[in-house]
Amino acid sequence: MGTALRWLLFVPYGAWLLIFVLLPLGLVVVTSLRDIDGAWTLANYERFLTPTYLAMAGTSVGYAFLITVITLAVAYPAAYLLTRTRQKAFWLIFLILPSWVNLLLKTYAFLGLLALHGPVNALFLAAGLPERPLLFTDFSFLLVSIYIFIPFMILPIFNAIEEIPPGLIEAARDLGAGRWDVFRRVIWPLSLDGVRAGVQAVFIPALSLFMITRLIAGNRVITLGTAIEEHFLVTQDWGMGATIAVMLVVMMAAVMAVVGRKGERT
Amino acid sequence: MAEPIIRFVEVTKQYDVDPPVLKGVSFELERGKFYTLLGPSGCGKTTILRLIAGFTKPTSGDIYFHGRRINDVPPNRRRVNTVFQDYALFPHLDVFENVAFGLRIQRLKAAEIERKVAEALKFVNLSGYERRKISELSGGQRQRVAIARAIVMEPEVLLLDEPLSALDLKLRKAMQYELRDLQRRLGITFVFVTHDQEEALTMSDEIFVLNEGRIEQRGTPKEIYDEPKTRFVAEFIGESNIVPGRMVADYRVAFAGTVFDCVDRGFRPHEPVDVVIRPEDLELVPPERGKLKVRIESVLFLGVHYEMIGVDEAGNRWLVHSTRRAQPGEAVGLDFDPEDIHVMRRPDGALPDRSTDDGADDPERPEREEPAWTAPPRKGAAT
Repeated sequence: MGTALRWLLFVPYGAWLLIFVLLPLGLVVVTSLRDIDGAWTLANYERFLTPTYLAMAGTSVGYAFLITVITLAVAYPAAYLLTRTRQKAFWLIFLILPSWVNLLLKTYAFLGLLALHGPVNALFLAAGLPERPLLFTDFSFLLVSIYIFIPFMILPIFNAIEEIPPGLIEAARDLGAGRWDVFRRVIWPLSLDGVRAGVQAVFIPALSLFMITRLIAGNRVITLGTAIEEHFLVTQDWGMGATIAVMLVVMMAAVMAVVGRKGERT
Repeated sequence: MAEPIIRFVEVTKQYDVDPPVLKGVSFELERGKFYTLLGPSGCGKTTILRLIAGFTKPTSGDIYFHGRRINDVPPNRRRVNTVFQDYALFPHLDVFENVAFGLRIQRLKAAEIERKVAEALKFVNLSGYERRKISELSGGQRQRVAIARAIVMEPEVLLLDEPLSALDLKLRKAMQYELRDLQRRLGITFVFVTHDQEEALTMSDEIFVLNEGRIEQRGTPKEIYDEPKTRFVAEFIGESNIVPGRMVADYRVAFAGTVFDCVDRGFRPHEPVDVVIRPEDLELVPPERGKLKVRIESVLFLGVHYEMIGVDEAGNRWLVHSTRRAQPGEAVGLDFDPEDIHVMRRPDGALPDRSTDDGADDPERPEREEPAWTAPPRKGAAT
């Protein structure tokens, strides 16, 4: 097998990469450098650095961070317990199943569940608690986002814990470690790669959420994702929309770099 | 006679509904000795190690540590440490932190951890490797880290689960001497598991030969080699000629069409037996002087000696190790002494009703089912 054949095998994906990844990315960068009339300018980036957009960026990162942390807090114990159960495959499918259902469908389902006169509020009433608006709140936004992202966090962590050789845990026990020490000194550090993968799989899409934001949080939460949508579809200011998109890519790259670098140290 | 550190009483281990891997094993281990558990895979040797370490519990029977029953004591509360077969070093920690692992759990002061780790690494000749990653070490170095990590805990018993099996031949030989030397310097009890009989013979004070969940024979390497008590032990340890025979009377055994003097007794008259003679105990002599006459079939030069196969008149094949050489096709005599003949009872039920009439009249030759380890404890416990 020569190098010629290897290049030939790369052609389909290379073409794909060029047409659907590099070219559009270039176009987005070019667009971000033009004003509404199509003239070259840096004004869009200057606007991004004004308090309005910086605050929006702060909110987006804040929500993405919160979503990631809570998802991790829920997913890690679940993944850990999963590795200790007997019917792993069964429980794994059980936890992964929701991710097979269309995202829009699940979001609409939550609209019904959390509605003012929906089943959740009915439960509150039955328990003697007052009805309260659940939709269009920070809480509902976080709840639905976390629900959506949990499988993406569980899988890589589950795989990482599953790959730890049982001999290492026996070795730790042999050296005097109780359950907590086994976890803290062996399982946790050796599952960090899975945690990193999960964090990336959640944080990056969470940063550019817009559909869940729109449907569940209404206008209560404005993130960079919704702002991009606004600029492209409502105000038709493509230059500004593209600028926000470029800044999002930069922020994601920064996160990747930070989370990824930790991996090299261990 | 020292009080035993570890005592097994009728310990049986069974997983699920499979046949038991250990069948009512009893023995005791003394302080400061090098024990080897020897046997083929599946004989139960690793199970014994895991029972001592506490990774698994006996299905029935009891395990005592200094006279205290420890069946339900978890591994982290036993004064026993293990060197694992694949070393099980922590890949996320460097050499120092691997060795310090157990000490950190004990929450010792940093200076003390420093001192103990340095001492342990010096003991295994790895000073200066503190900050190396595990992935940067060779197989022999990993092995030594694993040993250092265990001995730094100052265990009373060190368990070693086939620790040399992953090393190449030359390194294995070197490590055999190092381990033996280490055990003498530490003065603690070693329990070493292996399927390599040569390793067992080289290193041990005492060998337990295991087969199918039972202890076939327990003894010093010399006893095990020179006086195998069962056909299994004879076949497993070293090379053996095993031919069918018949016990004519005490000290008289018939095989290859002749009756020979031997040193075995306590068999029923005309009991069918297996006769074992080691290849190196057979001496090449002129045909007229030999106790057996054989025709040489093949000759192989093995460096130290020649390996020859001869066939006697009854059709038995004899493996002979000798520095003298015979020619293929040559008729030669084989000479041997009465004590070179080892007579084994047949394990395969060749005797009707054997449980009632032997064994009882001769405590020195316990039957196969009558565990050999119930014999009175040996002397020479202390070194």
